[in-house]
Amino acid sequence: MADTHHEHKTPAAVEKRAAALEAALDAQGMKPAAHIDDFSRTVEQEWVPQNGARVVAKAWTDPAFRRRLLENGKNAVAELGLTMPVHHRHLVVLENTPAVHNVIVCTQCSCTAFSIIGMPPDWYKDFEYRARVVRESRTVLREMGLDLPPQMEVRVWDTTADTRYMVLPLQPPETVGWPEEKLAGIVTKDSMIGVSRL
Amino acid sequence: MDGMHDLGGKQGFGRIRYSPKAQTYHAPWEKRVNAMTGLAVKRGIINMDEYRHAIERMEPVHYVSASYYERSLTGLATLCVEKGVVTQQELERLAQGAFPLSRPSAPGRGNAPERERFRPGDRVRVKEEFVPGHIRMPGYIRGKIGVVVRETPAYPFPDAHAHGVEAVDEPTYDVRFRAEDLWPNNADPAFVHAGVFQSYLKRVG
Repeated sequence: MADTHHEHKTPAAVEKRAAALEAALDAQGMKPAAHIDDFSRTVEQEWVPQNGARVVAKAWTDPAFRRRLLENGKNAVAELGLTMPVHHRHLVVLENTPAVHNVIVCTQCSCTAFSIIGMPPDWYKDFEYRARVVRESRTVLREMGLDLPPQMEVRVWDTTADTRYMVLPLQPPETVGWPEEKLAGIVTKDSMIGVSRL
Repeated sequence: MDGMHDLGGKQGFGRIRYSPKAQTYHAPWEKRVNAMTGLAVKRGIINMDEYRHAIERMEPVHYVSASYYERSLTGLATLCVEKGVVTQQELERLAQGAFPLSRPSAPGRGNAPERERFRPGDRVRVKEEFVPGHIRMPGYIRGKIGVVVRETPAYPFPDAHAHGVEAVDEPTYDVRFRAEDLWPNNADPAFVHAGVFQSYLKRVG
């Protein structure tokens, strides 16, 4: 719907364009400001990586839960009271082992299981990560501080449909026997994306 | 469409700006844009496939030069104009300056007329299709052979759903490709998996 005579004019500052859209939605009675407050609260308090960390810690300590999690991620996380947006119809949990490393990406936009592992970090949405990690996985991971041995199998998962992925990191051996809550404390968002191992 | 958004495997990009303490937002307006997208979805004004496609339709030069949330804003505003929520003139009056929108949409398409059910272990080829509208097949798997590792439940067909075309939901398949098959002699050894809609796939004998 671009009106061609506008294309060469200097755009208004992006903050002003964002405010203009907000004012337009407000004029339609859509109450964007109230929704923005709710959304901020949700992002800060509900869609946090501590959710995924609880899932991981439980999977490390409860073999039956781990099996259910690998079988049907969405149902298993629901046992912990965790929900996903309606369009995320499926959660696939990818198990790291001593011989296999998983890493997730969305090459076409920024799809993530954000209600479970938290909102995607800026670099996850950048062109560099989207373009390179599928083709140069080991090089990219090494640049990000994760140097994988050549014999380790690397599996990259491109989120091209509305199935969402999270990595189940390998439990560090020195933490075996820790209580679930303490284990959850060591699980990071990056380890559930797969750009680090714990 | 073979747009600028289809970045997987593109070369020439440098290091990732990685930090373990990375932020999601860098300015308050970014979170407001993110929230407005959620509001438009919640109100049924847009769906996620329309939204993704509206971003893909940005002028390529604008797409590559805009930040992530400027792209979000442009996609959302484009749909609000196309759906009659507001006019571009009104947005420009409110913004006190030009408000560039995405380019018009090409027609969408329905499901493939003949679709096959696959099982884990089946060898499949991604059809060599070139569509002008929305599609969730990254260009790097087009025509390539992979192995099905999982079927996941049916989803709205993006090629239709982004365009208001009627279609039935269809399953997607997690398909495993070898990076060395996708970019012969020019990739780090790895398996690359994509979630591929049933309509995009055919069986390899």
